[in-house]
Amino acid sequence: MVTKARVNEIGLTRNDYKGRPSTLCLGCGHNSIANQIIAVCYEMSLNPHDLIKLSGIGCSSKSPAYFLNRSHGFNALHGRMPAIATGATTANRRLIAIGVSGDGDTGSIGLGQFKHMVRRNVPVVYIVENNGVYALTKGQFSATADFGQQLKYAGVNELPPIDVCLEALAADASFVARSFAGDSNQVRQLLKAAISHKGTAVLDIISPCVTFNNHETSTKSYPYGKAHEEPLQDITYIPEYEPIVVKVHEPGEVQAVQMHDGSHLMLKKLDPDQHDPTDKVGAFHLLEEARQAHQFITGLIYVDAKRQTLAEISHLIDTPLALLPEERLRPPREALDSIMEHLTCCRKV
Amino acid sequence: MTSLVSKSNGHQSVINDFQIMIATVNGSGSQTANTVLLRAIFRMGIPVTGKNIFPSNIQGLPTWFSIRVNKHGYIARLEDYHVLVAMSQQTIGEDIEMLASGGICLYPEEWKIKRTRQDITYYPMPVKALTDMADVPANLRPYIANMVYVGVLATILDIDLSQIAFAIDYHFNGKAKPVNMNMAVVRAAYEWAQDHIAKSDPYTVEHMDTTNGMLLIDGNSAAALGAVFGGVSVVAWYPITPSTSLIDALRQDLTDLRTDPDTGEATYAVIQAEDEIGAIGMVIGAGWAGARAMTATSGPGISLMSEFAGMAYYAEVPAVIWDVQRMGPSTGLPTRTSQGDLISAYFLGHGDTRHVVLLPGSIPEVFEFGWRAFDLADRLQTLIFVLSDLDLGMNLWMSPPFEYPDTPLDRGKILTAEELDNLDRKYARYEDWDGDGIGYRVLPGTDRDTGAYLARGTGHNAQAVYSERAKDWVENMERLNRKHDTARQLVPQPVVDQVDGAEIGLIAYGTTDACVVEGRERLQQQGIKTSYLRVRALPFSDVTCDFIDQHDRVYVIENNTDGQMARLLRMEYPELAARVFSLAYADGLPLTPRWMTTAILEQER
Repeated sequence: MVTKARVNEIGLTRNDYKGRPSTLCLGCGHNSIANQIIAVCYEMSLNPHDLIKLSGIGCSSKSPAYFLNRSHGFNALHGRMPAIATGATTANRRLIAIGVSGDGDTGSIGLGQFKHMVRRNVPVVYIVENNGVYALTKGQFSATADFGQQLKYAGVNELPPIDVCLEALAADASFVARSFAGDSNQVRQLLKAAISHKGTAVLDIISPCVTFNNHETSTKSYPYGKAHEEPLQDITYIPEYEPIVVKVHEPGEVQAVQMHDGSHLMLKKLDPDQHDPTDKVGAFHLLEEARQAHQFITGLIYVDAKRQTLAEISHLIDTPLALLPEERLRPPREALDSIMEHLTCCRKV
Repeated sequence: MTSLVSKSNGHQSVINDFQIMIATVNGSGSQTANTVLLRAIFRMGIPVTGKNIFPSNIQGLPTWFSIRVNKHGYIARLEDYHVLVAMSQQTIGEDIEMLASGGICLYPEEWKIKRTRQDITYYPMPVKALTDMADVPANLRPYIANMVYVGVLATILDIDLSQIAFAIDYHFNGKAKPVNMNMAVVRAAYEWAQDHIAKSDPYTVEHMDTTNGMLLIDGNSAAALGAVFGGVSVVAWYPITPSTSLIDALRQDLTDLRTDPDTGEATYAVIQAEDEIGAIGMVIGAGWAGARAMTATSGPGISLMSEFAGMAYYAEVPAVIWDVQRMGPSTGLPTRTSQGDLISAYFLGHGDTRHVVLLPGSIPEVFEFGWRAFDLADRLQTLIFVLSDLDLGMNLWMSPPFEYPDTPLDRGKILTAEELDNLDRKYARYEDWDGDGIGYRVLPGTDRDTGAYLARGTGHNAQAVYSERAKDWVENMERLNRKHDTARQLVPQPVVDQVDGAEIGLIAYGTTDACVVEGRERLQQQGIKTSYLRVRALPFSDVTCDFIDQHDRVYVIENNTDGQMARLLRMEYPELAARVFSLAYADGLPLTPRWMTTAILEQER
């Protein structure tokens, strides 16, 4: 018996969002994230032709090959995906950009580009698959590795870690979230929210490296993550076309955050005193306190759905620049004649 | 205009053939005075060029501005100057020492200098008295002081005062207050000179009609206009002398010409990046997505762009990079000119990389290459480097009006959704269907499953899929070589002046043209015939090979130390290498005809 595969609202199956088979290690957190990207794009009924997938260099950055075969992609240079994202989304503002980076790519070589992309609020879902280690070069510490952590070949890490979320917040990020590759539901909900966000959405996802950094003493491991993850909220993403079914009975318990595209994020707080993700100063406190207390908090840390994007600041027309016809790109002959006339007669007009 | 001063006092008059050197201190506002002089002489119909020789500094260091007046239309720099306006106390001794014999020196009379030279004429000017008298706020007096030498020179050289008024009006965009304030000082100085200076030198200007219909513009402004008429839509850049004014001009032009007057919406974006790596990355991202994208930079920026340039070459992404060259290596002389980036631009990136490089040699070419570069980038699906330099980019040059592009935008090989539907074969990004080494692009956002591909700098096969197969690598590089040969046919071809019976060939490129044109004339006067080929792009054309073959000795004249073009020619044509002689020199200033002719005569003796 042939069962018909389920299709989404634009008639595509989940398989239509897949990529090539992964060449990453079995059990790698990055594979799990790739699967959530596939699931989310399918569930949101996104047209793969509207999506672009971008990355830098490293294990994480290989993964765009493993999802969205029907989408264009650009596997850029080490740490330089933000620049490619900035150029591509400026050239065509209709594109939905999903970028995948790693902790070396973002936290070290690309930290400058990362912060400037965030500062410009370039419309991109920027995922950091954070495992605290350089795996392709066989196990050096990355800048997000814990202070005092030990690795087989690298020895003891004597430097404090860079916190990707804190860096993003300090650069005026409009969307900052942290998650854990082992918490696929949360990853999915946050990805949906990130895709609905109009500016840069930074998703710092702890994504264990099963080969080099998955032992229990590592805070970037599955065992540690499963044992210590402290979600801030139960997150439910509600698309713009669905009614909000969760009734807000008691303020402070469930918080509804409206995204730019009209969708909502329902945040059920797990602790009544917990963080309001629209409070920026609170977000700084939360991150720094968690850092000092070695707490592994996950969830939506900060969101400002209204901050202007680079395209808005640039007053770009709606038509993608890349698709403008000649008559919109090349001024007419009369325009050149008039400039020449002004220059030859030496009088400003 | 009739002058009250007696002319030439027994000397033979020197009319419309001399160089003025104005020595000032930077930050003193002398640029206004200098360009006013230049423009006034230009408007008298006399060929003129101006060069600003300035320090990397905001205020207080010596700066020179040379104005060459030449009735024959020669525009090269001269070592000699005949009229010195000495307004820089730090350098006045040296400046006077360098003045040509028979020359004149204008200086502020309050400086009480020793008149050590008998072979020149000194004209002290009451700068302080004249500016004190002017009806000008005290804080503006230092700036207005420069207008004193404009007025005094107008008397001495017989510059048409009405053209000075016109030039001031142009400079201040017709704003009455600064126009009147500056003009009042000019008039006062002019009248003082009429009453007090007894002219005893031969230098004077006379009306001509050679500049009618011409314009004065700097190369960076011309490049910006070229880009606008080339349909640029994404610009990313990082400030660096001497390219910054190109972007300044471009921003203004885009605001004027590409903003919707009703909605204020822009059909372009200009992004100031965090560094040159960011700038080129944005440009490549935009080029990949289908925009006409460009950046402008100089040597240090080119160095930073190296990794991305190699990637764009290999992933085959179109974009345009202007390199307004300055002196390197390293930070070098940031405000001095050179042609030192030729080799680094051509091979920019690691591994086997060869880029397309355009070499404009005049203002009309700067404009033309400005728009054509985008067509070439899209046609060849690669980076196009355009090498200007500080001399061309930041100085004012005479030019005929620019010609509107004679061909529509060439977006190159791009398949639309409908074209993908009608393909008689499976789409593959890097397959060479036409034998020219160039595949077909499908832009992101094209609503078809078959067109998607993953652009990458990693090894890939024709389908753009990661591959470490030896055959894939070799085939890809062979195709890129075919593409390079296609570029050879498409880039601007050399300009050749073949002279019958000339044993000597000269090869030059870029701004060096001005020196070579005049130097050839001087050699001709000494009985030495030369042919001349001006290279306008890399890769080389077969025309260049033939030219070398047809001459016994070919001198390659360029403004760098290593003789970079000569090296490239020897590498490209090893069988002709023995005929290629390098004449390369770089001291921060444009090459002069005297240097060139002396160097060639030394070789030929």
